[in-house]
Amino acid sequence: MKEGMFRNLSGCAISGIISKSGNRFSGQRIIDSIAVMHDRSNGLGGGFAAYGIYPEYKEYYAFHIFYDNKTAKKESEEFLEEHFDIINLSKIPTQKIPEITDEPLIWRYFVTPLPTKLAESQLDEREFVARCVFRINTAIDGAYIFSSGKNMGVFKAVGFPEDVARFYRLDEYEGYCFTAHGRYPTNTPGWWGGAHPFALLDYSVVHNGEISSYDANRRAIEMYGYKCTLQTDTEVITYIIDYLHRKNKLTLNEICSVIAAPFWSTIENKPQKEREELEFLRYAFASQLITGPFSIIVGFEGGMMALNDRLKLRSMVVGEKDDMVYVASEEAAIRVIQNDLDKVWSPKGGEGVIVLLEKGKI
Amino acid sequence: MAIDYIYPDYEIIRNNDRCIACRVCERQCSNEAHEYLSDSKKMVSDDAKCVNCHRCVSLCPTRALKIVQSDHTFKINANWDGKSIKEIYKQADSGGVLLSSMGNPENYPVYFDKILINASQVTNPPIDPLREPMETRVFLGPKPDKIERDDKGRIKKNLPPHIMLSMPVMFSAMSYGSISYNAHESLARAARELGILYNTGEGGLHEDLYKYGQNTIVQVASGRFGVHKKYLSSGAAIEIKMGQGAKPGIGGHLPGKKIVGDISKTRMIPEGSDAISPAPHHDIYSIEDLRQLVYSLKEATGYTKPVIVKIAAVHNVSAIASGIARSGADIIAIDGFRGGTGAAPTRIRDHVGIPIELALASVDKRLRDEGIRDNVSIVVGGSIRSSADVVKAVALGADCVYIGTAALIALGCHLCRSCQTGKCNWGIATQREDLVKRLNPNIGYKRLVNLLTAWQHEIKEMMGGMGINSIEALKGNRLMLRGVGLNEKELEILGIKHAGE
Repeated sequence: MKEGMFRNLSGCAISGIISKSGNRFSGQRIIDSIAVMHDRSNGLGGGFAAYGIYPEYKEYYAFHIFYDNKTAKKESEEFLEEHFDIINLSKIPTQKIPEITDEPLIWRYFVTPLPTKLAESQLDEREFVARCVFRINTAIDGAYIFSSGKNMGVFKAVGFPEDVARFYRLDEYEGYCFTAHGRYPTNTPGWWGGAHPFALLDYSVVHNGEISSYDANRRAIEMYGYKCTLQTDTEVITYIIDYLHRKNKLTLNEICSVIAAPFWSTIENKPQKEREELEFLRYAFASQLITGPFSIIVGFEGGMMALNDRLKLRSMVVGEKDDMVYVASEEAAIRVIQNDLDKVWSPKGGEGVIVLLEKGKI
Repeated sequence: MAIDYIYPDYEIIRNNDRCIACRVCERQCSNEAHEYLSDSKKMVSDDAKCVNCHRCVSLCPTRALKIVQSDHTFKINANWDGKSIKEIYKQADSGGVLLSSMGNPENYPVYFDKILINASQVTNPPIDPLREPMETRVFLGPKPDKIERDDKGRIKKNLPPHIMLSMPVMFSAMSYGSISYNAHESLARAARELGILYNTGEGGLHEDLYKYGQNTIVQVASGRFGVHKKYLSSGAAIEIKMGQGAKPGIGGHLPGKKIVGDISKTRMIPEGSDAISPAPHHDIYSIEDLRQLVYSLKEATGYTKPVIVKIAAVHNVSAIASGIARSGADIIAIDGFRGGTGAAPTRIRDHVGIPIELALASVDKRLRDEGIRDNVSIVVGGSIRSSADVVKAVALGADCVYIGTAALIALGCHLCRSCQTGKCNWGIATQREDLVKRLNPNIGYKRLVNLLTAWQHEIKEMMGGMGINSIEALKGNRLMLRGVGLNEKELEILGIKHAGE
């Protein structure tokens, strides 16, 4: 059965590294980090999101696409040519290793919306791109855009994360932020598109947990034009963040107060202005509250955010050294790449750890 | 006459060894079913007068009484059962419409009893309600249009008019007139203590109850009984009653003998006149007319109160709900075919309308498909019998439920279904002073508080079991439900999977 035809619950491992000054570093570091947490995965899924890896194409959207067959590729490219200016296209460089098998066709395109098509659509550029991504993913059989941001990319497959990294030659990339995910699903996914991270535009989410509010969240978010095809928690979380951040223009702190909202008893003890803000958010975005264990790392253009559910039902550790910030499911995964840390701590449930690039603004 | 003799359905069985002839049963029965014979010094009972309300049974000090179903039978006939035959006798005799009270008692499927609830295990821990916060607070009202920020960039709390409830349950509309003042006072005081609302029903609001206004929904029904400006301003919300589950397509009916004293004053109609509400509101013949009334009520109350539109669950309930969601209403209340009533024509109560579970699932899905689910909250009733029904209703998509019959049962109702006679022995569905005083509001309101406190606790236990600690995460969460013994079509309409999937 293909991923998306059933609900696949998984326990996992996550890790993230960001350089606040925007200095780019090798993907090898994130590989070493996630490899330590090998036993938290079972080899049925692994993936990475990398930011700042395409500086020479940073003005263009980098589409990473899986194709089951050549027909899907042909149809998708026709669609892309009608809607975008394709600056460059190529297969994503990979190396064959025994641990990774049954790979689909994997292609990469650097594109920008065709000005006339964009004007006709009366949408802003990011909404236009998002809708095209949904179009290809739902309407063209066998084609799946799994990464669609600028100057960033997702690399994922069925396999242990360190093997997935070797397959994609991730150590050859340099970026200012990397996140990683290793999966322990309770069913066998057959299809790479279902692996994590999940990405839309420049938002990527790696997630360890299982949310009890999944169907409540899904049925609400689908009203706003998102289609949840994968039946995974990660997909719905990514859409919620896109909806709150891009469409409703909430700040990252406000987003944390929506998805990991404080309890009413906590809100009652806050000072008046803060109390009113929190009450408004809980009223207006009640359907975007996420209950159940989760530990997420969200990557976006210009930063990274880590958040636990408000009951802290999954582990998460944060470490800092100079301008580097490390987040992982286990402290060992941080120590192995940076043993001496200025600071190391476990964030409280519901309190977001938001790291922004020094020169960027969100 | 022999031709219209109907043997009583129920018989009073008196254990003469236990009976001490204290005559409590004689004094208590408003139908005069018991009599003391002074020559033989014995109590006798007339089964034909018994309505099976258990008043005498509950008060007999020696448990000498019980009510049993009579075993006097017609010849067994799967098509012409005793009930169908007797109803023809009654109509041949009277030429009248058969009248009944309370909800549809016929053998139709109860979908709540074919739906099962999930619990979390292993991959997702359940949450312990005794040790962790478990939130049941709900808000009823539309989502805000936009987010406004002050000059420091902080969000302003600009919320549309809404209702805040401590738990997703409210007391359903039961008119003053169909039930007694003491019953209304019990409901009002319980609503106040619980932090929820009760509903005036279409009989207007007694002036002594204005002080509970913050916990009151004032209803505007087709007869417009008791509707004036002060009435509208007194409540926390206004409900336009377009229909009710027990009698879709017709209006309320209060027999003249119940229109006395304060009832007549509150409803603003003469004593003794039958209060028959018209079937439609005569100023609402289309959806645009409804929109006009919604906005008239909002204008009259300065846009400070949410407006609820209550409809009966009928075949095209989804399309109607979609229209209401675009009409300016803030909340839609849907009443299923099991809903109770003080009096309704039997045929309409038993054969018109659809189950609330199916109506709710369809409406919730339709509003989401059209992208307008956020415009309104959904409240459902008819019939919610326990906290498990509440959890299932919320998981199917409801924001909140209404309880009517369950609340009356807490006050002492034994579902004898004779409300239309006005002789309720429990002091609930009557206006006779000697009977009304049997319902002590000090005790009545406490029993309602007890009932809903118990339900709230049970809801928290079930939520915790599912790994949910705030009820908004349960709303519409259909993956938390599974069907059992349902066919494909039923599962499809309910939008749930079968147990085992």
